[in-house]
Amino acid sequence: MVAIGSSSALVALVSLLAAWACIGVLGLARPSSVALVRRLLFPLGAVVGVALAAVALFSIATPTEQRVLPLGLPDLPFHLRRDALSNVFLFLLGAASAGISLFGAGYFRAGEGSPPGLLCLQYHVFLASMGFVLLADDAYAFMVSWETMALSSYFLVTTQHRIPEIRSAGFLYLLIAHLGAISILLAFGVLQGGSWQFTFDAMRGAELSPAWAAVAFCLAMLGFGAKAGLVPLHVWLPEAHPAAPSPVSALMSGIMLKTALYGVLRVTFDLMGDPAWWWGLIPLAVGLFSAIYGVVFAAAQTDMKRLLAYSSIENIGVMFTGVGLAIVFLGVDMNSLAALALIAVLYHAVNHAFMKSLLFLATGSVLHATGQRNLGRLGGLIHRMPWVAWLTLVGVLAIAGLPPLNGFVSEWLLLQAFLSAHEVPQTFVNMLLPLGAAVIALATALAAYVMVKFYGVVFLGQPREAALADAHDAGWLERVGLAWLAFGCVVLGILPSQVVALLGHVPAQFGFAATTPPSSWWHFVPMAERQTAYAPLVFLLAIVAVIVITSWTVSLLYHRRVRRGPPWDCGFARLDARMQDTAEGFGQPIRHIFGAFFDMRRDLPTPFDRSPRYQVVVGDRLWRILYLPLERIVHRAAEAVAWLQQGRIATYLLYSFATLLILLVCVL
Amino acid sequence: MSALHWFTQVLEVLAAVLVAPLFLGWISQCRAWLQNKSAPSVLQPYRGIRKLFHKDAVLATNASPLFRIAPYVVFGTMVCAAAIIPSLGTRLPISNAADAIALVGLFATARVFMSLAAMDVGTAFGTLGARREMLVGFLAEPALLMVIFLASLISASTALPAISEDVATRTLALYPSLAFTAVAFLLVLLAENARIPVDNPATHLELTMIHEAMLLEYSARHLALMEWSAALKLLNYACIGFALFLPWGLATGDVPVPGALLVSILVLAPKLAAAGLVLALIETVSAKLRIFRAPEFLATAFLFAVLGLLVHLLLGA
Repeated sequence: MVAIGSSSALVALVSLLAAWACIGVLGLARPSSVALVRRLLFPLGAVVGVALAAVALFSIATPTEQRVLPLGLPDLPFHLRRDALSNVFLFLLGAASAGISLFGAGYFRAGEGSPPGLLCLQYHVFLASMGFVLLADDAYAFMVSWETMALSSYFLVTTQHRIPEIRSAGFLYLLIAHLGAISILLAFGVLQGGSWQFTFDAMRGAELSPAWAAVAFCLAMLGFGAKAGLVPLHVWLPEAHPAAPSPVSALMSGIMLKTALYGVLRVTFDLMGDPAWWWGLIPLAVGLFSAIYGVVFAAAQTDMKRLLAYSSIENIGVMFTGVGLAIVFLGVDMNSLAALALIAVLYHAVNHAFMKSLLFLATGSVLHATGQRNLGRLGGLIHRMPWVAWLTLVGVLAIAGLPPLNGFVSEWLLLQAFLSAHEVPQTFVNMLLPLGAAVIALATALAAYVMVKFYGVVFLGQPREAALADAHDAGWLERVGLAWLAFGCVVLGILPSQVVALLGHVPAQFGFAATTPPSSWWHFVPMAERQTAYAPLVFLLAIVAVIVITSWTVSLLYHRRVRRGPPWDCGFARLDARMQDTAEGFGQPIRHIFGAFFDMRRDLPTPFDRSPRYQVVVGDRLWRILYLPLERIVHRAAEAVAWLQQGRIATYLLYSFATLLILLVCVL
Repeated sequence: MSALHWFTQVLEVLAAVLVAPLFLGWISQCRAWLQNKSAPSVLQPYRGIRKLFHKDAVLATNASPLFRIAPYVVFGTMVCAAAIIPSLGTRLPISNAADAIALVGLFATARVFMSLAAMDVGTAFGTLGARREMLVGFLAEPALLMVIFLASLISASTALPAISEDVATRTLALYPSLAFTAVAFLLVLLAENARIPVDNPATHLELTMIHEAMLLEYSARHLALMEWSAALKLLNYACIGFALFLPWGLATGDVPVPGALLVSILVLAPKLAAAGLVLALIETVSAKLRIFRAPEFLATAFLFAVLGLLVHLLLGA
């Protein structure tokens, strides 16, 4: 802890990121060798990840440090900066990617799309670029790493580029990523405030008029929102995640989406510093809507990776809700509450990195074992894949927001922040804000519904296909990867005092420290003014004690006799696997209640059909409302300017000549 | 924490666990009276549980370990919830380990485990019950949280003991906001405990059942634990209701005085008796709703809670 002093932490972090890049390049040494990549490079990447997480964790309390890298353009060197905010996200990156890399070491096989060496390069460049996004201290370095991140992840998504759907999913992802990048670039352009200095230091010092500051904030929200997958810019997520290999989906959903959150936090709380309270209403409203939208769609999905992708939209929505709340509180000088909301956001980000990566990796194991992503063809895998099933259960309970696991703590903190929202001086706002808590509660409860559906259909019940009998459990490296992430979910859940104390450095760095009263290591007290506490360890122990005592008493007083027999099911004798509820069946109440969100097409059989078929296609209504009209407009515009393209060289020369003339006129 | 604290805590939990089946028996007795039937003994639930414990457990051939663990987990969470809810005293060791939001989370944990166990064997009714239970759950949870929010706004704490102390020490007056949320809470209680407008605990009519459908595959000690947990859940909800809306009589002092403890036991008994009577009355005068009317029923609960919240924010009462 002492060894990593404040002077060397940044250097250590940069060298670790460089190590990732080197590991990637090593993959090119023998691009078609699976053994090299699996036995050596991915485990090495995991070790670097653990080291990165450790350095980030132990240097979080040390003062900010800055360096200038002698890279980049001659008069535009890369500026790097490490502070508490970067540390939190670097920890998230290192710790979650360690589990994912270990899993990846067991997961990637030969003959699936890109050669393994190339995949290794893309994967580790992706990791390193995410790290540099978090360390960048000028717009140039930030955008270079941001684009490297987008491109490397694009190549990872299109690993199996021979399949047309995957290519189009990759294209959609790239398109929206670049729309977002343009918006971020514009935001930086506004933020420099006329100084034409693009270092973040200059932006911190720039004096923006309120109108321009609001413009910059909206541009940043748009740009980072596109990357984060906020509704309505979420459409790439449910396409790209199923297309990518599972470890890549885990990286993208668990970590990459958080870099967008990092961007919003960096711009709002650091570069601008003094946000107006009403800006908060934008992320608040968009976040709440995304939360509900994501979880409702997740409930209707039949593809397990699409389901998880929509669940990510929900979680990102929850995080942005917290960001909005923090901005509102900060704008009205309720600093300790702003700090509480911000801590809840960061906590949720770290939690989500662990639990969503865990779930995505589990889908990878299921996919490898069965070759199926469709929930309608799975079932009963707890018997065939007990390791994966039990470790997934931890992730499922965590993401469903159940105590004493980690998903609950961050949502609890967010609700605690919401409970004070009525103290905001603005009338109407203070009455509407508590309703936001109800939306979060609804989203959390629906998340539990979605997760019961996910887990129940995939792992429980009877196998829906005969081929599932051959499913095999994951290999030991994959198990270790999953177990690492599950362990993270448990630890983050039962040690909230420590986590909050560490995360508290972030608001403190931005000048609005939390007034967290001293809480002991097992008894967490978030706010002094409210007599509220949460001691997950106590009631975890209480539950375990009751379980042990009960089972012991029962076996002592009575007996342990168990017989096995066919299922009862009200005496119905000829039960088969198709009589279980399907994923569609589980989605039906949701489609019924939230029908307004869906674009549904249903084919119902008539009573006289020889081979009756029931089919329901659930689509995203936003495609029809927003994207298809946009696409038509773009097409029309393209057709309108197409007449410029005459295809004759004389015409193009004429254009150049005219341009020159106009420029000359302007200059003279 | 003195020994007396722990003694009270253990007493509270044991009392809750032991009284729960009696409460259920009392409700069915009241209902039988109201419906002009001859009532079974109030001790009938105990006999049922005892009988079940003696039987051999029969598990479906494809039941996984999750199926066997679930009854213990559900029972454990319910007992833990009983320890958190201030039903006798407010300054007890475990009741400060979690607040009301965590309590809602604990109930959700129990619900998720029960639903997962119901899906484990893969029967038609089990999965159907699980789906409906989760449906009712996600509709009821926001309403319940809004009720708790209002109480916490009034008393500036989300911890149930603090809320009850605050409400108990206020001057006696009619708080319109609390009245609205009390209605909301009652509706949530009915829905969450599979009582009549949403579910019918007395029927095994396949197409309408929710809770019973999930327990179809359970037998013997597992079923007994599930039934006991259900009884305990109902008692817990009743005690949450008392803690929020009728907290008078709780032992509130920092050091529990045996006298105050005795008073709180003596006050709790008539409260529970009255609550049982009210529940039986509601079940007698109302008919079961179709499953797709359940969202409307719970939306009503949610609106009442929101109304209470707005009334509080507008009037400050």
